[in-house]
Formats: sequence, structure tokens, C-alpha cells
Amino acid sequence: MTAYIARRVLWMIPSLFVVFTLTFLVVHATPGGPWDESEKPLSDAVKANLARQYHLDDPLPKQYVDYIVNALHGDFGPSYRSVERSVSEIVLATLPVSAQLGLLSMLFALVVGIPLGALAALKRNTWVDFTASLVTVTGISTPPFVRVSLLIVIFSLALPWLPTGGWEGLWDVRIIIPTIAIGMGPAALLARYTRASMLDVLPQDFLRTARAKGLRESSVVVGHALKNALIPVVTVAGVTLANVITGAFFVERIYGVPGIGRQFVDSVTGRDYPLLLGVVLVFAILISVVNLLVDLSYGLIDPRVRYQ
Amino acid sequence: MTRPPTSLWRDAWRRLLRNRAAVTSLAVIIVVVAISLTANVLAPYPFDQQDLDATDLAPGGSHLFGTDQLGRDQLSRLVYGSRISLAVALVDVLVVLLVGVPLGLAAGFIGRWVDVVIMRTVDVLLAFPNLLLVIVVITYLRAVLELPQSGLLSVVGAADKVTGGLLGVFIALGLVSWLTVARLVRGQVLTLKEREFIEAARMIGATDWRIMLRHLLPNTLAPIIVAATFGIPGAIATEAGLSFLGLGVRPPFPSWGILIAEGVRNMRAFPHELVYPAGVLAVTLICFSFLGDGLRDALDPKLKVD
Repeated sequence: MTAYIARRVLWMIPSLFVVFTLTFLVVHATPGGPWDESEKPLSDAVKANLARQYHLDDPLPKQYVDYIVNALHGDFGPSYRSVERSVSEIVLATLPVSAQLGLLSMLFALVVGIPLGALAALKRNTWVDFTASLVTVTGISTPPFVRVSLLIVIFSLALPWLPTGGWEGLWDVRIIIPTIAIGMGPAALLARYTRASMLDVLPQDFLRTARAKGLRESSVVVGHALKNALIPVVTVAGVTLANVITGAFFVERIYGVPGIGRQFVDSVTGRDYPLLLGVVLVFAILISVVNLLVDLSYGLIDPRVRYQ
Repeated sequence: MTRPPTSLWRDAWRRLLRNRAAVTSLAVIIVVVAISLTANVLAPYPFDQQDLDATDLAPGGSHLFGTDQLGRDQLSRLVYGSRISLAVALVDVLVVLLVGVPLGLAAGFIGRWVDVVIMRTVDVLLAFPNLLLVIVVITYLRAVLELPQSGLLSVVGAADKVTGGLLGVFIALGLVSWLTVARLVRGQVLTLKEREFIEAARMIGATDWRIMLRHLLPNTLAPIIVAATFGIPGAIATEAGLSFLGLGVRPPFPSWGILIAEGVRNMRAFPHELVYPAGVLAVTLICFSFLGDGLRDALDPKLKVD
């Protein structure tokens, strides 16, 4: 097990390296910067000065090595757009906001998705199942920017229950709409997987045995069926994270949440390439770590899984 | 007593017709396709005709769905917007069939280094959210295509400009839309090529090409159709998302994503400008998903494609 973990962690490094190098090359091959957007074209002298200030006149290999050395020291360089904050400072300021929103969205997805999927499987081919399937298809196929804008129209404008935007931390009503908008996609995925997995488990013999020995139906369903049905569902955790990250791009921007998803979008539309590179790197690390944790958790949940 | 002759496809078609959600969705999709093909006849106004005396009109009267902040007819813009979404769907399916399927076949059938190269590429690209890769690539494309270019790039840039930025979207989307299908086809080929009928074909002297095209490909067709159908809503949503962020199709071309972005800007005063395009996009995507579900159940009840 320890050897397996060590090998997986070591494997993460080259794959992160590939992603980082590709992004680095793409970003550095992308011409220009925010200064190209201004009304008056800058003089060549000013451009040369800017290039020197951001070390863009160094040879590419040197820039690449410098970036890695600095990044390993936690320094992701200056941002093009923000004069007062470096990329690391922007990431440190915005990541916690997105982490709170993202974790709450995942919690929402778990609390809604798993019972919905289990219920749909138990009441297969009844109106409960059909309603659940409409909800899951809607959740899977509508993009987050459609969900968040329709939620705002319904719950902030038509019914004046919630604010139309903003962020006041975890314990404020402003978190409700973005959480639901982001969490609905993963919730639908979880529901779909839970349903399919429950349908595989429900006809099995050990459930008949559990019923035969006189267990209450509720503990048969929750303690025996659902517990076993959830093992394959763990595999979607990585997809769920991807959903939450891409959902945050749109939801944070529309709802005015100062998170890292919004920084990513702003860095793209504002041509702030150092910020773009830094944020992509953060996402890449996050995704690799979660994928590793998912792989490791199989062994804990299902003792039949052996690592070699 | 003899049963009338039947085939896999006729059986599947019958099963599909019994699925009410899939049939309804198919009907809606056919209507959307018909609308997009006849947009120039159906749309009451040109999509970019402004009328500054009639801005932000509520639905009704001569503008069934109202007008936007420049007085453009919303219904006409929605109708023309369907062309963009369906063009994206078409290109997505083409990339799946012309890139994903051949690469998957090659990886599974040839094996060795071909397999390693193709599948490592797929693994690395699939490890990250599609949208993240698409956004990074399109940022690059946008910046490069805007510069004065020579040679091939100038042709690409000009074509991108003429299509209102659609070509850039196609390129960025094409980079990721073949991945899942390549992996799926490879997996199918790996199990199929050990089966007796392939061995038999080999024994009577069939060439590799013949085995791939006449024996392996037809047997992977069902999962390919299902996966391609499931890919469509993702592609349409990605285009809408890019256009929403201002990275995809450029105004005044009425991509549904642009209509939604404009609707979001105006939603406090004129929510209908948001609700119609968001609703139309959502319904289209949901219908493609239901159709995919229906096809999966119809073609092979045991099949599991995500």
C-alpha cells in the first residue's frame, strides 16, 4: 500500500509537468497582453519596457526554468492587470472563497443526489423514478450559467426571497443560489450513478438473507443495499470536482462571488496570462490530488481491491 | 408460425419508439433542425436589424418574444441562433466519427506504441475538465488569429472572421470532443478482437483493413452512436458557454450564449430577455440527453456509456 501511494505520487509529477509545460508554452506563444486593448497603441519603447519588466525578453527556456524555480518557492510572478497584488496573493485571497463554495456545493450534491438516486431505484418505473430522471437529466444537461441565471430570475426577481448577487461568507443567504447552481450538476450525476448501482445491488442474495433474518426494511435498504451500492459511486468524485470547478467559472462571475473561478475567467478575457497560468496550475494540482485520493479510497471502502 | 424477419436496427428502432421521453425529444430536435434550416424564411426580422425606437419591448404584438436593448427582434435572434448550435453539434459528431473512431480503432487493433501514444494523450487530456482546456486553447487562437498573418494562418483567420468566430470554437472543441469515443472504441476493439468471428475472418485470409472496417467497426457502431449523441449537448453547451464569456461567437451573430449573456446584463429590468434564450437552450440540451438515454436503452440494454 505504501509503495503504491509512493508510486502514484511520483507518477503525478510527470503528468503535472506535461500539463504545466503545455500551458506554459501555449500561454507564452499567445501574443500580446492587456495593454493591447487600450485605445491608443503603445510606443515600441514602452512595449520593450513592459517586456523587460515581465522578463519577456529573456530566452524562453530561461523564463521556463525561472518560473518553475520561483513557483516551487510559492512565487507565481506578477499579474499583468493587478499592480498591487501578485498572482500568488490573488490565488491565496480567492481560493478559500471558492473552496467554501465548492465544498458546500459538493455537500449539497451528496445530500440531494444520493437519496434521489436510491429512491428512484427503489421505486423503479413509478412516477417517483420518472420525476427523478427528469431532474437528473435537467441537472446533467443544463450548463451552470443557465441554472444560476434562471435561479436568480425565479428566487431573486420573481419571488424576492434572496439577493441577486454578492458574497458574505459561508453563513449568509447569498451563498444559497450559487451553491444550488453549482451543486445541481454533481447532484444529478450522483443520483444517476446511485440509481444504476442500486439496481445492480437490489436483486442480490445478501439482501434476501438480511430480510429473512428479520431486519427492518429501512436498515436493509440503508445499511446493506445503499452501503454496497455506493462503492462504485466513489469513482465519480473526480468528475464531480471537474464539474464544481467549471461551474464556478460562470456562477462566481454572474453572482459576483470573489473566487478563483472568476479570476480564471477574468484572466482569460483580460489577457492576464501570468494569472491564467497560475490558476490553471492550481486547478491541475487540485485535480491530480483528488484523483489520487479517489483511487486510494477504493481500498478503504472495498477490501477486495488490492494495490500492487 | 414464423416471425417476420427483423434486424438489430429494426429492433432498436422499435424499442426507441416505445420510449416516450426519447420520442418526444426526437420530435423537438427535428423541429429545432427544421427551424434552423428555414431560419431565413421563418424569422420575422433579420437577426441584426436594430430599431432604437422599440428597445426592450415586452413579448407580444409584432415582436412575439419582445426585443433586446438595441431593439432587435428576440424571436428572430433565437431562430438564427439555432443554426450556430446545430452547426456545433454537426461538427462535434464529425470529429467523433472522423477522428475519435479511427484513433480508437487504431489504438485497439494495432496496439504497441500506437496504442501507448494515443491513449496517453487521451489520458492526459481527459484528466482535466474539457472546458478548462477549451478555454486555454481558444484564448491562444483568439490572440493569434487577430494578428495580421501570412500563409495558412491568414486563411484560417479570415475564415474565422467570416464565420463570426465559429471556426475558432470548432478547432478548440475538436481538440477534446474525440477523447471519450476513442477510449470507448479502443475498449470495445480490445474485447472484440479476441472473439472467434475475428479469428475466423483471419483464417479465411481477411486483411487487417477488412477486419477493421467490416468486422470490428460495425460491432462498435451501437456504442459509438450512443456516445456521439451524448456528446452533442456537451458541445452545444460549451459553445454557448464560450460565447457567453465573450470567447466564442462574436456579436452581432446571435449565439444562444450571447443572447443569455445580454439577458443576464438586463435581467433585473427585463427578465424575459434572459428567460427565453436560457429556456430554449436548456430544452434543446435536455432533449439531446433524453434521446441519448433512449438510444442507449434501445441499442443495448446492458450497455453503459456515460
